[in-house]
Amino acid sequence: MSGRRKPAGREFWPAMAFLLPNMLGFLAFTAGPVLTSLGLSFTSWDLLTPSRWVGWSNFVNLLGFHATPQGWEANDPAFWKYLGNTFFLLLSLPVNMAGALGLALLLNRKLRFVHGYRLVFFLPSILSGVAIFTLWKFIYQPDYGLMNALLAKIGIQGPAWLTMPHMAKPALMLMGSWMTVGGTSMILYLAALQNVPAELLEAARIDGAGRWAQFRHVTWPSLAPVTFFIFTMGLIHGLQGGFDAAYVMTNGGPSGATTTLGYYLYLKAYTFFEMGYAAAIAWTMFLLVLGLTLLNWKRSERGLA
Amino acid sequence: MKRSSWKWAWHLPLVLASVTFLLPLAFMIATALAEPGEALKPVESISAMVVPRTWRWENFIEVWRIVPFLRYYVNSLVVAGAITVGQVFTSACAAYAFSRLQWPGRDRLFLAYLATMMVPGAVTMIPNFVVMRMLPEWLDQLLPFVQWGEPRFLGLREGAPMVGRLVGLDSYFTLIVPGMFSAYGTFLLRQFMLGLPREIDEAAKIDGCGYWRLFSGIILPLSLPGLATLTIFTFMGAWSSLLWPLVTTNSDALRTLPLGLQAFQGQYGTEWHLMMAAALLMLLPIVVIFLIGQKYFVQGLTVGSVKG
Repeated sequence: MSGRRKPAGREFWPAMAFLLPNMLGFLAFTAGPVLTSLGLSFTSWDLLTPSRWVGWSNFVNLLGFHATPQGWEANDPAFWKYLGNTFFLLLSLPVNMAGALGLALLLNRKLRFVHGYRLVFFLPSILSGVAIFTLWKFIYQPDYGLMNALLAKIGIQGPAWLTMPHMAKPALMLMGSWMTVGGTSMILYLAALQNVPAELLEAARIDGAGRWAQFRHVTWPSLAPVTFFIFTMGLIHGLQGGFDAAYVMTNGGPSGATTTLGYYLYLKAYTFFEMGYAAAIAWTMFLLVLGLTLLNWKRSERGLA
Repeated sequence: MKRSSWKWAWHLPLVLASVTFLLPLAFMIATALAEPGEALKPVESISAMVVPRTWRWENFIEVWRIVPFLRYYVNSLVVAGAITVGQVFTSACAAYAFSRLQWPGRDRLFLAYLATMMVPGAVTMIPNFVVMRMLPEWLDQLLPFVQWGEPRFLGLREGAPMVGRLVGLDSYFTLIVPGMFSAYGTFLLRQFMLGLPREIDEAAKIDGCGYWRLFSGIILPLSLPGLATLTIFTFMGAWSSLLWPLVTTNSDALRTLPLGLQAFQGQYGTEWHLMMAAALLMLLPIVVIFLIGQKYFVQGLTVGSVKG
C-alpha cells in the first residue's frame, strides 16, 4: 500500500492535461451558466433592450401573494397552476414503481422466454421521444384511435382524451406508464432482487413465513436503497420534465392543463422573451429539486438506520 | 401435472403485459403500411387495426419525397454522432484523471462534478442560449474578416444547400458543442476505470510508457465495455433531443429529426400513414443500436444506483 504511493502532486500536470477538455466545457456550459442564470433572475431582459437590475421582483412576482378585497391572491396564478400540474403528473411515479417491481418479481425466476419478456417490456422505454409521442397522439384520437376502439370493445364510449381539460393529464400519465414501467426501474429492481440474501429468505421460510411475509419482511427491506434511488431520480426528472410530450401532443393545453414548470419556462423565455423571469423560474425549479432531494435523503437515512 | 399448470399461471400476467406493451407498436406498424385515408376510417375489430391488411411500402418512400426528410436525417446523424464522439472522448480523458492519477484535491473536485448532475438543464439552458446567440457578434469584434454570422452554402451557385453558420443560431457548432461534455459520462467511466487493476499502470510505467500511451493504448481498450455503454446512452439521448435544437435553429436546413417530425405533423396532420412511417424511420437507428449493445445498456443502467 505505502510502497506504491507517490508523492502527492507528481501527477498533477498530466492530470490537468487530461482534465482540460472536459473542464473547459464544464466551466463554459455548466458552472458559468449556473451563476449567470442566477444573476439573470434578478434582471428584466427581453434580449433587445439592455437588461435592467430589478432585485427580488421576479421572485416576488412569481411566488408572492397580494391582498385583494376577496382575500389573498397569487401574483402569478399561472405559476401555481403549472406547479400543480407538475405535481399531479408526479402522482403516477409510485404507481409506475409498483408496476416495475411487480414485473421484476414476475421475471425473477427460472422461466422460459424470460429474455424475450424482458426485451418486450424494455422496448417502449428506449423508444421514447417525439416519434412515440406522435404515435400516442394518434392512439388518443377520439374517432379512429386505438384507445377508444379498445374501450368500445368493453362497451365504454371513450372521451376526446387530449382536448378535454380533465382527461389530458391522465392520458399523458398513462402514456408515461407505458414508457417507463418496463424500463430502467424494472431493470434496477431485477438487479437488486438477485442480491436479496438467499439465506434470509430460506430462514424466513423455515420459520413458516408465507410468500407475502417473506416479501414484506425480507425482500422489501433489502430493496430499500434501490427504491429510494428510483424515487429520487423520478422526482428529479418529473419536476423538470413534461415539456417534450406536452409540446408534441397538446401544446400545453387544453387551457394549460398539461403545461408543466418546464413548459412554462420555455413559454416565458422563447415566446415572451422574458429572460429574467424565465431564469427565476429555472432557479425556483432548481431549489425545489434540491430541497425535495435533501428532504428525501434525510428521511431515508433515518429510515435505514 | 399440478406443477406445470401452476407454471402456466405464472406466464399469464407476463403474456398480458407483453401484449399491452406491444399493442401500440403493432398499431404503429400497421398504420405505416396502410393505404392513404385508411387510418381515418372507424374500424370494427381491434385486429384490423393492429395487423397490417395492406403492405404499402411506398409510404416509407413517400416520406422522403414530401419533406426534406433526408436533410433532417443527415442532420440528426451528424449532430448525434459528433456529440457522442465528443462526449465519450472528453469523459474518458477526465475519468482517467479522476480514477488513475494521484493529485491533490482530486476527490473534492470530483464531488463538485457530481453535484452538478443535480442542476436542471433548464438552469443552464437560458445562459447557453444567450451566449450562443451573441457569439457571432463577439467574435466579429475580434476577427471581423471571418464574418462569423454569415450563412454558408455548399457550393457557390444560386440555391445551393445551406450548411449553416460557423457559430450562433442555425449552426452545427451550437447544436453539437454544448452537448459534448457530461458529468454523468465522467462518473460512469470513472467507476469503470476504478475497477481495472492498479498493477497495469505500474508495469507500463516501468516499461517507459508515457501517460498518453498508457491511456490510449492500455486503459481505453480495457474500458471498452464502459465506453460502449456511454456511447449508446449518449447517442440515444442526442438522437431524441428536442428542446435545444428547437430553440437554437430557425432554418429548415438545420432541423434535426424530432423537429422535422414535428413540422411534418403540422403540415400533414391527418396523413397518419405517413406520420407513422416517418416515426418508424426515426426509431430505426435506436432499435438497431439497442439490439447490438443490449448487454452494455443494461450494465450502464445499474452503475451508480447501488454501488453509489
